[in-house]
Order: sequence, then C-alpha cells, then structure tokens
Amino acid sequence: MLPVAFEDATKAIQAFLLSGKTYVCVVQLHDDVAEQTIRDTFAEFSGEIFQRPPLRASVKRIVRRRTIYALEILEIEGRSVLFRADCQAGTYMRKICSDIGEAIGRGAHMSELRRTRAGPFDEDRNLCSMYDLLEAYDDWKSGRDEEGLRKIVRPVEEAFKFIPKIYIRDSAVDAICHGADLAIPGVVKLDEGIMNKTPLVLMSLKGEAVALAKALMPTEQIVEQNHGIAAKTVRVIMPEGTYPRLWKEAHDRRDAMSSV
Amino acid sequence: MKLLPPWEMERETVSKAKAETDATIGYDPYRRPIDFHIRFGVVNLDKPPGPSSHEVVAWVKRMLELQHAGHGGTLDA
Repeated sequence: MLPVAFEDATKAIQAFLLSGKTYVCVVQLHDDVAEQTIRDTFAEFSGEIFQRPPLRASVKRIVRRRTIYALEILEIEGRSVLFRADCQAGTYMRKICSDIGEAIGRGAHMSELRRTRAGPFDEDRNLCSMYDLLEAYDDWKSGRDEEGLRKIVRPVEEAFKFIPKIYIRDSAVDAICHGADLAIPGVVKLDEGIMNKTPLVLMSLKGEAVALAKALMPTEQIVEQNHGIAAKTVRVIMPEGTYPRLWKEAHDRRDAMSSV
Repeated sequence: MKLLPPWEMERETVSKAKAETDATIGYDPYRRPIDFHIRFGVVNLDKPPGPSSHEVVAWVKRMLELQHAGHGGTLDA
C-alpha cells in the first residue's frame, strides 16, 4: 500500500505525515508470559502514551504525547504476539513493542511491521497495480479512453479526507495562493472541533484544495469574530492565478477611494 | 470517553457566511480536464514486494511522463 502523488499533488505529501496510521505488527517477547498478563499490559497501552523519537528520527528528540486510538491483539503464539494498532501520526511502533516488553518486565522487540492504513489510504481500497496504471495511461495516450485513468488516479483532495477544513470565498483564494495567511473575512464555512495549532486544509467553495494551513484560533472563535487571522498558511497547493487577483483589485479600489 | 481515530470521527461543518463560487473559475476536483486531473492526482499503489518505494516512484514517473512524483512514506516507525 503505497500512496503516490503526481506533480503538484506532491505538495500534499506533508499531509500523510499528519494522518493517523494503522499498523499490523508482531512483537516478540523475550520470555514465556501468561496470556492474561499480555492482555492486561496491552490494555495499558491504549490511549495516551509518552514517547521520545529514536536516534534515527528526523524530528526533535523530546518526549512527546501520542495517542493510540486502538490496540487489538489478533493472535498469540508462544512468545509472538500479532496485533493491530490505530495510532496518531509519528508513533513509533518499535518503541511501543520494547515498552510493552518493559511493562511486562521480561523484555520484547518488534519483529514484523506492516502499515495497512495511512489516513484515507488503506489496503482494502482496490489498490492499483503498476500494470493497471500503465494500461489506463496507455488507453488515454492512444486516444481511446480517459475513463480508466480517471478512476484509478484520485484527486489530491481525497488525501485530505480526514483533515479538518476551512472553506474560503473566491476573493480570498488567490491571496492564499500567494502565501497570505487566512483572515477571518475570507471564511465561509468550517469544520467543528478545530483548535489552536490544528493542521487544516483551506478549500475553495468548489472543494478544491488551496493550501495546507495551521489554525490560530478554535472554530468557535472563528465563527464569532469578524477580524483577525484564523490560520497560518503552511504549504500552498493551488497555483497562483488559478483564481483571479480579486484581493489586489479590492485593495486598489479602496486606495483609489480614499484619495478622493 | 473513547478516543476515535481520524477515520472514525464525524465532523459537522459550521456556516459563517453565505457566499457563491464562480463556476467559470477553477474546477470541481472530479471534473478537472484530464491533464489537470493527473497534475493534481494521487494513486494508491499496490507496491510490488521487490523494489524499493523510491524505485517504484521512479518507474511511475517514467511511465506517466511526469516531472515530479513522490510517495507517502513507507514505514515511519
């Protein structure tokens, strides 16, 4: 299961780093342990845990809180435990395994790992083979049919399916495409549950991804206030000029009026 | 209270203002002309077990005549 992004959609790859993941994992215990002890220990690891990223990580190595949404033991065979974990982005399964070993008191290490979901992309969703892709591309290029490509290649917006969204008016779009932060007057509608620092996607009213951003205010405040900066633009996705420069015209008009 | 993974969370959308969008600017993501569809496209690939993700992306770039392509990470853990 490998999500691959094309051309401008590569800018969305950052969003994969924010997406929750599902892993199927095997932890190898270093001693024989009673099944009930194993189950009890696993139960302790659901919910919020603390982790320091390993030496090899590309992030700052401070202890941080991560959320394990679900931890389910699938099979226990001798000292091997097969389990599934739904976890927040940036959770290190290798560390979870060794910490489980410490909690049990006999030690353990991760022996196998497979990622079965990254945000909206999972293994069950009709994966596309290299052959399917080549065939669909060929069908289009030889003038026959674009339908195969349209089905196999998904709009980049689908990668943002589980990221909170703010929908902005047409006149605000190009400013964002130039890197401007989102001012409250540009907001038309937004998802519930947004909090300060929540990663967001700014969307046009047509549902096009405009930019990745970070909230500076919670939903309630954005709804209530009429001024202020709602979100900081982090990565622009839509090319400049896709929407006209209405923001500059409005600005010029205002300047022209004030000099009368 | 049970913590829900993002794919199980339901979010309502709250309206702040009324606004319309100009149909002559931009595109509904599902109605892009095919070249834009590819340009803003992602694919969930069933990666063959042998080659590395990097190699697979290189093949895809060549096959589809793309300037850029990237993958959504393999195992971050």
